[in-house]
Amino acid sequence: MTAVAAPPTLAGSPRPPGLVTDRVVRVVVFVAGALVLVILALIAYTMINRALPAFRSEGWSYFTSDVWDPARSKYGTLAFTFGTVLVSGIALVLAVPVSVGIALFTTEVAPRWLRKPVTYLVDLLAAVPSVVFGLWGLLVLAPTLPGFYQGWHDLFSGVPLLGSLFDGEPIAQRTFMTAGIVLAIMITPIITSVARETFATVPQSLKDAAHALGATRWEMIRAAVLPHSRGGLTAGILIGLGRALGETIAVALVIGSSPQISAKLFGSGDAAASVIALQWGEASDGTYRAALIGLGVVLFAVTLIVGVVARAIVARTDRHAGGSA
Amino acid sequence: MTPTSLNESLMTPTNVAAVTEPIDDRADAPAEVVFAVRDGAVDYGPNRAVDGVTLDIASREITAIIGPSGCGKSTFLRCLNRMNDFIPGAKVSGAINYYGEDLYGPKVDAAEVRRRIGMVFQRPNPFPKSIFDNVAYGPRINRYQGDLPELVESALTRAALWDEVKDKLKKSAFALSGGQQQRLCIARALAVSPDVILMDEPCSALDPIATSRIEDLMVALKRDYTIVIVTHNMQQAARVSDRTAFFTTDVDESGGRTGRLVEFDRTNTIFTSPSDSRTEGYITGRFG
Amino acid sequence: MTAVFPRPSITQSTASPWRRTKSALMTSALALALVVAAVPLVLIIAYVLAKGWSSVTTPGWFSGDIPILSRSEGPGMGPAITGTLMITGAATAMAVPLGLLGGIYLNEYSAGSRYGKVIRFFADVMTGVPSIVMGLFVFVIWVLSFGLSAFAGALALGCLMLPIVIRTSEEMLKLVPSELRESAYALGGRKAGTIIRVVLPAAAPGIISGALLAVARAAGETAPLIFTIGFVNQANTSLFNDPNTALSTQIFKNANSVFPGPVARAWGAALTLIGIVFVFTILARIASALLARKHQP
Repeated sequence: MTAVAAPPTLAGSPRPPGLVTDRVVRVVVFVAGALVLVILALIAYTMINRALPAFRSEGWSYFTSDVWDPARSKYGTLAFTFGTVLVSGIALVLAVPVSVGIALFTTEVAPRWLRKPVTYLVDLLAAVPSVVFGLWGLLVLAPTLPGFYQGWHDLFSGVPLLGSLFDGEPIAQRTFMTAGIVLAIMITPIITSVARETFATVPQSLKDAAHALGATRWEMIRAAVLPHSRGGLTAGILIGLGRALGETIAVALVIGSSPQISAKLFGSGDAAASVIALQWGEASDGTYRAALIGLGVVLFAVTLIVGVVARAIVARTDRHAGGSA
Repeated sequence: MTPTSLNESLMTPTNVAAVTEPIDDRADAPAEVVFAVRDGAVDYGPNRAVDGVTLDIASREITAIIGPSGCGKSTFLRCLNRMNDFIPGAKVSGAINYYGEDLYGPKVDAAEVRRRIGMVFQRPNPFPKSIFDNVAYGPRINRYQGDLPELVESALTRAALWDEVKDKLKKSAFALSGGQQQRLCIARALAVSPDVILMDEPCSALDPIATSRIEDLMVALKRDYTIVIVTHNMQQAARVSDRTAFFTTDVDESGGRTGRLVEFDRTNTIFTSPSDSRTEGYITGRFG
Repeated sequence: MTAVFPRPSITQSTASPWRRTKSALMTSALALALVVAAVPLVLIIAYVLAKGWSSVTTPGWFSGDIPILSRSEGPGMGPAITGTLMITGAATAMAVPLGLLGGIYLNEYSAGSRYGKVIRFFADVMTGVPSIVMGLFVFVIWVLSFGLSAFAGALALGCLMLPIVIRTSEEMLKLVPSELRESAYALGGRKAGTIIRVVLPAAAPGIISGALLAVARAAGETAPLIFTIGFVNQANTSLFNDPNTALSTQIFKNANSVFPGPVARAWGAALTLIGIVFVFTILARIASALLARKHQP
């Protein structure tokens, strides 16, 4: 009855088909997976190594001093840290409401036929290369904004705190604010995407409960959707923050390159990632290069930490949601 | 060893090492034993899912495994072709012999085991390929050198599907109805010339007409193959099988469920004069 | 027996007018958010098209060399286009196979194990590493020893793409139902053979689309290339020798120029680059739609 020649016993079959391939593939995929760990470890090790000369010559003032004067071999990065934080902060303040709004619109408000086009639109925004954002930001947005800034400045000029916030001394074209706006546009797609996935997992029964009590649409969103999504939204914000911190090129083109610490939104400044890109060409001596690489190490560490925290939050909310499901 | 009663011959524990000794001395005992299971058990981690299974599965017969849901029928079935190997943490113990050889012996090639002991699953699951490629898959991966179209036709004929698909072999398998897809899966399993076909509730996702076609197919196939079928449909077991094994579930204090073999005998006996009261309770519908 | 709550006719809403107004206002605000995001997208595309069109349609744009005197006007960006395609292609050739294999490892070989969890975690984290860090990294380990080259750029882009391809491949493989694998095993198949013949074909549409999206992202990157490829004016088709250039770095270099010539080339390069990126994004959608229709339930 056998059309396929079968060996008489199960054990000791001669050259079972596919066994060698199976073993080889097992090893190959393991190596491929381990590559991730290897690369990350290499990054940390080699870059810290190269940055050491700067750390050694500056000590802790590398982080705490705001004097960045390569000509006199002084490398204090405080201004850049400040700039990075400020620009990312502006970006988050602008991007998060818009992203959450779009995500809510997509999942709760938009009619079915509109959902896919809206998603495509946001994805398209994500596809635009950062250098194009920077080019447009520099040549189109930056020149038109100072008039707008002036308006804000005049509006708040008497007010104690806000007055100096909305100032530039002078109000320039390339400013923290402009960089923040461009950055906000760039991180909107990723925050929207995470927010949308989070809202999509809100159980219908929760929403039904709100509706059954006569809630209006907005009341339902406030009662059911938003509280359930706290964890996911936090993770999304952190992911957006991570991208903002590391975004180099667009910010570099519009921020103005002036290492100063001043909480003046409409003034020029500098951010860590941009500094590396802009000053790399001039960095001729070893310590200068090491200082820039050191900035890279700091960026690496910070984005790693932000990423780990975001993932931990996602894992925690997954467990909670899974338990209550 | 002359049994004084039917019960005794089946319930007497036998020496695990002497697995060549049949457990059934009666005149209608299986002439040729395909699977000899002695004290078979399956653990999932700390939980014993199946315990104390002792039975012989006869060649060229249909053996049915029945019982309430969750009593380990499918788990036990999957031991017979080493499909439990893929569940992390699953441990199979006891002696399970296939034609006298230990199925779980150290030198055994598990893939060869699965070629010779085929399986059909609960929901039809053809590969996302054409009808021809579905049936040809098994022979191809086993390096079949002969005439492939002839083999595919022969397998589809034996699965009572050839006439319906002979003009559309290149079409996607998903173009077929549910019942046809299940027969395709049977043809796929037949194409590698197995000795045994294990069926895990093969008709539970099908309508009654498709079900009865597959039952007719099973009876036709048993001339050439040994068939073991898990079913929750008692009438089906009564209709098609020669011998029936009845499993039940024991729940211990901590809530862990263990499946146990209660009774194993010719189907006629199980359904007309079962020895165990639990069997009787199940088949008369008092529980399960 | 008086009713606890007053019972007006059901055609009158019990929600006060303010509640309804508030809901309508907030809903409009949500729609407004969409507009706020759409406006920059439309503006960017419009400006790039408007300002770059004349450069791109000048004869010699695609083939001509980059003017040596950077302040001069006129085309072309040939070397940059060649460079972008070469570097992105090399990065894809390295990152996609490795990433796919890594995704296979994560989903098929180590699904529950602790080691698999660790790799998955760090692959996720690695997707967040800034591209500039990858550029610096490759500078340190490759360029310092072997000099600037297209390959160095490809290495940096490949490191960027690798974790993305790993994670999207894994997600797509996870979607393949386990019964499919079991049927193949039940026929005597082994793991590797089953993955190659059954699982990969089933997951192919999603995997290909994910890979194409990673390619689109890599093509647009600038920061990793600044440290690894340098600048040239003539097309350099050698992968391993000598510096090279790319559209993204050219845009970055020219954006700040005070002369109109380089700025015009920057706009043209931006248009070309967006074109390439959009082509890959659209290809990704077509690939997943086309392949998904074949042999699907």
